[in-house]
Amino acid sequence: MPEITYRTALMEAMAEEMERDDKVMIMGEEVAQFKGSYKVTEGLLEKFGEKRVIDTPISEAGFTGLAIGAAMMGLRPICELMFWSFSYVAFDQMFNNAPNVRYMSGGLANVPLVIRGPANGGTNVGATHSHTPENFAANTPGLKVACPATAYDAKGLLKSAIRDNDPVFFMENTILYNDKGEVPDEEYLIPLGSADVKREGTDLTIVAHGRAVITSLKAAEILEEKHNVHAEVVDLRSIRPLDEETILESVRKTNRVLLVEENKPFCGVDAQISHMIQENAFDYLDGPIKRLSAVDAPAIYSPPLEKLQLPYPEIVVTSALDALK
Amino acid sequence: MAKAVDVNAGLTNEQRIEFLQTMIRIRRFEERSLRAYQQGKIGGFLHLYIGQEAVAVGTVSVMGEHDHVITAYRDHGHALAVGMGMNECFAELQGKYTGCSKGKGGSMHFFAPDKNFWGGHGIVAGQTPLGAGIAYALKYQGLKGSCLCFMGDGAVNQGAYHEALNLAGLWDLPVVYIIENNGYSMGTSQERSSAGELLAKRAEGYHIAWDVCDGHNLEEVRQKTAQAIARAHDECKPTILEIDTYRYRGHSVADPDKTYRTKEEIAEYQRTKDPINLYKSQLIKEGVLSEEQAKEIDKAARAEAEEAAQFADQSPYPPVEEITRDVYWEVDNPDHKVSQGRIFFEDPHTDEG
Ligand SMILES: Cc1ncc(C[n+]2csc(CCOP(=O)(O)OP(=O)(O)O)c2C)c(N)n1
Ligand SMILES: [Mg+2]
Repeated sequence: MPEITYRTALMEAMAEEMERDDKVMIMGEEVAQFKGSYKVTEGLLEKFGEKRVIDTPISEAGFTGLAIGAAMMGLRPICELMFWSFSYVAFDQMFNNAPNVRYMSGGLANVPLVIRGPANGGTNVGATHSHTPENFAANTPGLKVACPATAYDAKGLLKSAIRDNDPVFFMENTILYNDKGEVPDEEYLIPLGSADVKREGTDLTIVAHGRAVITSLKAAEILEEKHNVHAEVVDLRSIRPLDEETILESVRKTNRVLLVEENKPFCGVDAQISHMIQENAFDYLDGPIKRLSAVDAPAIYSPPLEKLQLPYPEIVVTSALDALK
Repeated sequence: MAKAVDVNAGLTNEQRIEFLQTMIRIRRFEERSLRAYQQGKIGGFLHLYIGQEAVAVGTVSVMGEHDHVITAYRDHGHALAVGMGMNECFAELQGKYTGCSKGKGGSMHFFAPDKNFWGGHGIVAGQTPLGAGIAYALKYQGLKGSCLCFMGDGAVNQGAYHEALNLAGLWDLPVVYIIENNGYSMGTSQERSSAGELLAKRAEGYHIAWDVCDGHNLEEVRQKTAQAIARAHDECKPTILEIDTYRYRGHSVADPDKTYRTKEEIAEYQRTKDPINLYKSQLIKEGVLSEEQAKEIDKAARAEAEEAAQFADQSPYPPVEEITRDVYWEVDNPDHKVSQGRIFFEDPHTDEG
């Protein structure tokens, strides 16, 4: 299988879907002439032209709201946010209009819309640019949320998101854009709501999403080499819908759980996962469910400290050993 | 510049009577709904359109096949003007299953996409980018159409509106922003909320054409709207049309209406500027309509509103399962379901896994 980057995988997903359906178009800041702030849309303008690859002004409420209106009329817009942190200036459009139009119309109007872009800390850009709002989005009925960790998942999930008739908030990670992974030449889709066991193990289940999956995989290697602990790593891939079965199956096998996320701890995604596990697999647990999230403060700029604010392999190892106690 | 022909010149008597009739139907519907509210049958807010009828009826009357409407929460007039039935509207007010949105939207969120009516939106100016998007989709699909995006005078100070205006001006979108200037946003008069005088004039900063219009005069509303629609159709360009109008009732039924304007002010409008009285007098004077006919129209409108109220009363509330329907297209169309996993949490009714 050819290896491509996470970035190229996203681009290919959009190109293939634009090829297949001329109602699909992409708009956002710097997506066309500039080729994307992170070059995710590179080549799309040349291939599809100005009508379908549209540079917008810096106007998130304006263009995401416009995309909602266009989606109600049957287009299938993809909006790129330069950072998911900028969704906050468009909160009403994204979190009030997008998920509610179908409901308030009693099912008469739909919003087949994808909003995508990076949602991560860890790049020394400070608190305003480092938000991970997947928990807000997942807390909003009417929205779907995906957070791919690998090139393969990024492509397959994005294609599904574009074909979805509901609004999908697609959260990427700038640190992963250059990561390479195997992606087949043949077309494939990954359904939303299907978690993936990224590493098999018997002693402990680590549940993660987004880049925390990569961190957890590194930790699992250390656990095996240095501590003879065989950790299983479950990648959620999408937060809503949520593949509860894959998580529970793993928990029933290992009986120990560590939840790892770059989201903040209080009311974060893993709070829900933890609740779900204790409700459905209480009798299988040999110890309390442990959580490791970002340190509960605004994202610090100072580079060496920011590294410590987000889960890193060594601390995942420590937390895993703790979960095994 | 695109010029609309005189859209009133060729009107038949029947057409003109129908405009009057639609205005009267809206008023009687709302008066009846106020009664239902006072009887405790309607929850939440009820924003009455009484006094502003010529705006919805006049604007909608010049729409063609590819012209669309989106508006704010004061939406009953637009709904009836586009041809929605009183029954489905009244039932929606009472949260009944037979309502236009199955009782899920309520007074502020009427919808009828089959009549090019894209809602009823509760957040001030929240609909203004959507209106640009509807126009964008028409242009993208090569259709000669427009979107009439209605809003109040209070909405002009929201950021989303200015972002929408910039996009409309920048991308030449066939959208018509119709500011229904009734002088007040809740209890705040225009002078106390908006810098500058003419709200529509802000269009100049975005290179958008603008106009003002007397909203008490139905035929003027028709003419000015037709001009804006012609600009959208022929030049694919936006317009801001500020229509002066007045609401007789409080901001919502909950507003006692005692703090920010005088009774005399309201009475003066009712006496001299009532859009229904003005049009009715005009039609009678011109020999289009008799007093007798006018009374018949009014009687029929009252009876229709009464029937709608009965219909709403007799309709069932939605079954409890409806709470989680119409949230996700995919859940409601299981034959096309491709996602897996759990989409609703803590709900035994609809969790299909
Ligand atoms: C963002 C937002 N802020 C405040 C409100 C509460 N609110 C509802 S209507 C309204 C007044 C709006 O006045 P205007 O735009 O002139 O419309 P009108 O009610 O006169 O039709 C206010 C403050 C709201 N719905 N949305
Ligand atoms: Mg007003």
